[in-house]
Amino acid sequence: MVCSLVRGPFRRYFTLNLYMSMSFFVSLGRYLVFTRHGLLSPEYTYFYYYSDATLTICLYFALMGLYAIVFEELGAALKLRVFMMLLLIGTTLFSFSVVHQSEARMLTHYIVEISQNLYFVGLVLTYVLWAALLKLHESRVRVIQIVLSLGVYFSVNAANYALHNAYPNLRVVWEYLPPVTGMLLPVAWIYAFMRFDDEARLAPARLAVVPR
Amino acid sequence: MMAGLIFVFSLAAMMQFFVSYCRSLIAASARRALSLDVQDVVGITRSAKSEDFERVMQFLHLCPERREDRNGIQAIGAYFRLLGAVGKTLGKLIPSLRAWIESERSQCAYFAAVALDRRIAYSRDMLAEQMTA
Repeated sequence: MVCSLVRGPFRRYFTLNLYMSMSFFVSLGRYLVFTRHGLLSPEYTYFYYYSDATLTICLYFALMGLYAIVFEELGAALKLRVFMMLLLIGTTLFSFSVVHQSEARMLTHYIVEISQNLYFVGLVLTYVLWAALLKLHESRVRVIQIVLSLGVYFSVNAANYALHNAYPNLRVVWEYLPPVTGMLLPVAWIYAFMRFDDEARLAPARLAVVPR
Repeated sequence: MMAGLIFVFSLAAMMQFFVSYCRSLIAASARRALSLDVQDVVGITRSAKSEDFERVMQFLHLCPERREDRNGIQAIGAYFRLLGAVGKTLGKLIPSLRAWIESERSQCAYFAAVALDRRIAYSRDMLAEQMTA
């Protein structure tokens, strides 16, 4: 947030700033719950997972903002926003229906299931955005780096929650990965804002793993 | 089943995004020319070789760190090692992949040389500030 204020494009990347400010308040809330109830308490567990799902939804808004930036010249931003909101609601309902049978462990199972699905849908949407960037020859370095870092973040977390869902006993992996990946977005976004201005460009075709 | 599919797809997508992200970092520094001082020190003029990477990294660790480029250098270091691991396994089976990996690794070395150039300039600026203070 501070970097985008210093460098100017605060309003242009408003949804990214919204996510970062939410992330700050969630971290503060987690710290308060942690100091009052302890790391292994149910209060902290519930707060952690539900705040994580809330942050993921904020990240959807950030993604919508990026879609709006990329598609602003085509005038299709509003339709895309409506589509993404419907997708978000659909994902939530789908996750609820999947775990509806297992009511005994409803809340804990539901939140892992919904987090896995939310991250996965986020990953698919980021993948579509990345394909659109390549197709439209979008060359702004800052936009490219923000989208790619989002892709890495969504995919690591989707894989992590899938692992959590499939192997609940494999704590050593899925418990320690989120704190590491939590650093990824702030670091990558600070780099993108501080290193490049909004008009810095590069050829996007050079970045595709499969040459175009 | 569903979790397994999501896991496999996510890992594949993560590799693709990570490679593209590292290439975006490299591409941003590829157009920058090295200063004469750095060219003399590391022996790289316009293009680097993959063998230069470790040597340039040793020089980098001798310079005072800049917070802005630390994470970029770490990401490229991880990318360089990942390419090395892929080259040692799949590269033996697919010669064209080996050539691509070699080209990518040499660009990683050039990225490190550009970072070294920035760090040297930063150290000089710091020294000049101290001298005037």
